[in-house]
Parts: sequence; structure tokens; C-alpha cells
Amino acid sequence: MPTIIAAAAVLVLALLPVAAPWLQFVLTLAIAKGFAALGVAVLLRAGLISIGHAMFFAASAYAVAFLARAGVNDLGLLLILSVLGGGLVGAAAGSFLVRYRAIFFAMLNLAVSMVFYALCAKLYGVTGGTDGMPVPVPAVFGIVLGEPAFKSVLFYLSLGLMVLVGLAVQRYLNSPLGHALSAVHTNEIRLEYLGIPVWAVLLIAYVVSAALAGLGGAIAGLAIGRVVPDFAFWTASGHLVLIAVLGGIGGVPGAFIGALFLELLHSAAVTVTDSWNLIVGMTLIIVIMFMPQGVYGLFARKEATSL
Amino acid sequence: MLNAVIPLLLDSLASAALIFFAAVGLTLVFSVLRVLNVAHGSLYSIGGYVAASICLFIASRQFNPYWSFLALLFSAVCVAAIFGPLIERGLIRWTYGKSEAVQILITFGLFLILEDLQRVVFGVQSFYEDAPMRLLGTTSIGGVVYLNYQILLIAMALLVVIGLRLLISHTRLGRLITAVVADREMAQSIGIDTNRIFILAFSLGVFLAALGGALATPTSGIAPGLGADTMVLAFAVAAIGGLGQIEGAALASLIVGLARVLAIYLAPSLDAVAPYAAMLVVLLIRPYGLFGSVTARRI
Repeated sequence: MPTIIAAAAVLVLALLPVAAPWLQFVLTLAIAKGFAALGVAVLLRAGLISIGHAMFFAASAYAVAFLARAGVNDLGLLLILSVLGGGLVGAAAGSFLVRYRAIFFAMLNLAVSMVFYALCAKLYGVTGGTDGMPVPVPAVFGIVLGEPAFKSVLFYLSLGLMVLVGLAVQRYLNSPLGHALSAVHTNEIRLEYLGIPVWAVLLIAYVVSAALAGLGGAIAGLAIGRVVPDFAFWTASGHLVLIAVLGGIGGVPGAFIGALFLELLHSAAVTVTDSWNLIVGMTLIIVIMFMPQGVYGLFARKEATSL
Repeated sequence: MLNAVIPLLLDSLASAALIFFAAVGLTLVFSVLRVLNVAHGSLYSIGGYVAASICLFIASRQFNPYWSFLALLFSAVCVAAIFGPLIERGLIRWTYGKSEAVQILITFGLFLILEDLQRVVFGVQSFYEDAPMRLLGTTSIGGVVYLNYQILLIAMALLVVIGLRLLISHTRLGRLITAVVADREMAQSIGIDTNRIFILAFSLGVFLAALGGALATPTSGIAPGLGADTMVLAFAVAAIGGLGQIEGAALASLIVGLARVLAIYLAPSLDAVAPYAAMLVVLLIRPYGLFGSVTARRI
């Protein structure tokens, strides 16, 4: 049953831009943020809250811009290389960050991401400072497309990736390695006594989450056509955590539902008022106070009781 | 060399003083309520907006400009009296005992709300009112001209450090606060009204943030986005000093100020990186900050 619902949801998403073309950009961005929020959600399983994941989002987006500047002009290659880049940055940062827990983990992630942000904003010669860097339209399998056509290709590619990567992450979370994450949350010492290296479990999770954030960043960079340091600002990281919580930490679809919900709320709110953060902030507080399972929990609750 | 360093040092001391007001409020709130208030930076900028509005009103009615100084203090008191109890009773108290993730997210939601409220109330243009700064004039030391206002800022920061220490260690209220910090349940069971302490401590934190914002407007003006920038800087300072440590926050703001001066000297483009780099280095070695300890959160 859940498979049918998920398939129907993906189908609806695929058909929506046909009915309302302006939605295509919104949906592409929502999926991109969904990937990043999924990364945050993976770490939330282990009870680790990262207020710094926008760094990986931005790192991959910058990687796309730099690669394009260096002459790489193929969509597939750009995506693969930039996600690898995000994963590498994640491995480097994760190797020392996963030693910390609770609020210290959150603070250190924030510190690292703010160093990254400040460097991006200040190294004018390299990154273009706060003006950012342009991301040109790349070729798709050697075919040079116009911008509108490319944006459509990007949207359907993101949608496909959402399904494939989502299934892969689902598998990862259901594997012993994934279950070890919740075990870290419950009782870390017991896990060590069982002979499972917590450090390795968390480092793998950290690299996976960084790569997911990186994939989101690469897609966002390509969709927007420009990368700016604000991608890595702490409020962007806060929004990612917000999406992960909105979606609930229930599962993989939660992150994407959260992102879609937020982006659609944004699109609806800006037509009424400029102060959409007001609405988002209130929604966030209401969700946390009254629906701790997240928006996803509304759908998942029935399933849980029927078991 | 020395002639060039002293103005920079004074500049950095003055900016350290401004950040100190925000950081010490954050650290105070954390130590008593055990909640990391992500909306703290917004209260700083609200203090700035209110102060700038009152100062502009004084200037437009051509009252005696010296009233501006009183206005700076008055606006901080107003913001604290309104927002302190409102936020603590209305929102923060529901998060006591919840996980850090929940507390951070709830206050992040509050941050989003407050940032947009400022946009609605004060608009998106920047405010600039430097009457208090001009009134105080300048002093020339060794051929270099200083703004007296900056010296006032440093003196105010010192006053706050000493005042807070006296308040915590030598008054009845301070002892009550210390008792609540040490053991919340025990304090409650011997008859201390912990809710009152929470409201007072939170409002004091808001007052310090708003005072910082009010004192900052004459030097740098105020514009949207200031709250977010201040928040993360104040957080860096509070984390370096150790969350919950008042003197730690004072020393940490000096460290951040000095790191900025050094960065301006050695690599001017990197001055914005310096505070976060300092935070990163300190936290990697001592995650609980320079003065913090792993178990006890003392004040």
C-alpha cells in the first residue's frame, strides 16, 4: 500500500509542471532541499543535530561552478564529481566532528560552516565574494540544450534521483549499519561493548549525509544558475533542520514531504505577504508543540496503529 | 607600528564590548534556563531599532539631545520588560526538559518570527542616528583621534561584568539564581519560586542584548540581517568562553576582538573569518569552552 501511494505521489509530481509550468522551478528546488534535509535526518537518527549542513550544500554547488569554469560541461559528470566533492568535504569534517555529541556537535558544525561561509564571502578573487559564481547550462550527454529544455531535464532527473537515492537511503537505514544509528542514540556504550565501532558508524553516516546535502546543493546550483555564499549561512542550515523536523524523522519520504510542504507554503505565502518567515516560524513552532512526529507523522500514524 | 596598533586595539575593544553585551545575555539565559536561545540576536536588533526610533524622535522634536543617552537605556528596559516575560512565559517555558534539538528549533522558529516582525514594523531601510556619538566628541591621544563614545562602550561593558558578578555573588536574588542553577528541583523544594527566577533571568538576558543593540546603533546603524549576524557572533563568543560563564564571555569577546585585529593586520580580507576560526580552534580542544566544565554549569 505505501508503495502505491509513493508511486502515485511521484506521478503527480511528474505531471504537475505540465499543468502549471511555473511550479517546475519550485519543485526542483524543493527536491534539492529535500536531499539536504534527508542528510540532516540521517544524522538526527543518531540524535546528532547539525546546524551546519548548508556547508555541504554550498560546497557542492561551488564545486559545480568551479568545474564548469574549468571546462567540465556534462551534466552527469558535474553531478557525480560535485557529489564526490561534497562527500570528501564531509569525510574531512566528519573525521573530527563525529567525536562530539549533543550541543557540542551542533556548535562545532555551526563553527565549521561559518568559517566556510566567511571564506566564500571574503575570498573575492577565488569565489567572487558575495556576488557569487555563475553556473552555466551544461550539455546533457553531449546534447546542448536551451535553458528551458535543460531546466525540464534537470527537474525530471531530480525526480528520478529522488526515487533511486531515496530507495538506496531507505535500504541503508534498514541495514544493520542504519539501525546502529538509533542504537547510538539509545545507548552508545552498549554498542561499543557489542564490538561495533561507534566512530565508524557515525563517520559513514556523516559522509552519507554530506553527500546527500551535496547532491541537493548541486541540483540547486544548476537550477538557480548562480551560487552565493548565503547558501552556507547558518540560517540556511537552520532551514534544513527545520525541513527534516517538519517531515518528521519517520523515514525517507518525510524529508521530501517536508521540503515540498515548505516550498509550496513559501510560494503560497509570497503571493499574500512579504513576511513569509513569520508564517514558517509559526508553523514550525506549532508542528513541534503539537505534532512531534512531524507532518509525515499525520500520514504514518494510521499505519502504526493498524500494526 | 604602535601608533597604528592602538587605534585598532581600541576599535576591537569597542566592537568586543558590543558583542559582549549580546554574548553575556545568551550565556546567562543558558546557564539559568538551560535553553540556547537562537532568537537572542533578534532581541539585540530590536533593541537597536527601538533606540534608533526614539533617538530620531528626540532629534525631530529638537529636544535636548542629551536625552538620547537616557533613551538608549530606556529602550533596552522597555524591550526587556515587554519581550522578556512574554517570550519566557509564552514559549520558552514549554521547552524546559525537552531535548536540545527541540529547544534550538523552537527558538529558531521564534527567530524567524521576530526577524519578519522587525521588517513589518520598522521597514527594510537602514536606521542611522549618531547624535549620542557626536555629542561626546573626540579625544586625541598621542596624535591619534579617538571617539569618546567607543571609550564609553568599553566602560559600559566593564560595568556590566562587575555589576553581574556583584549581582550573582552578593545579592539575595543572585543567591537564588545560583541555587536554581545548581539544582533546580532542590531549589524548588525549599520554596524558591523558580518560575519567577526564570522570568527575571530571561528578561535580564533580553535587557543585555537590547542594550547591546541600542548602544551599537550610534556607531554602525542598523539594518535587516543584523540579528542573524549578531546571533552567530554572540554564540561564537559564548561558546569560546564556555556556555554559562560570565567572565568567560568577557574574556572570549576580548579574544575575538584581538583575533580580528590580528586578521586585519595580517590578512585584511579574512577579518570576518577570525571569530569563527577562533571558535573552531577553541571548541576542538575544549568543546565546553575555555571556562566551562563538562558536568557542572556554574554561573
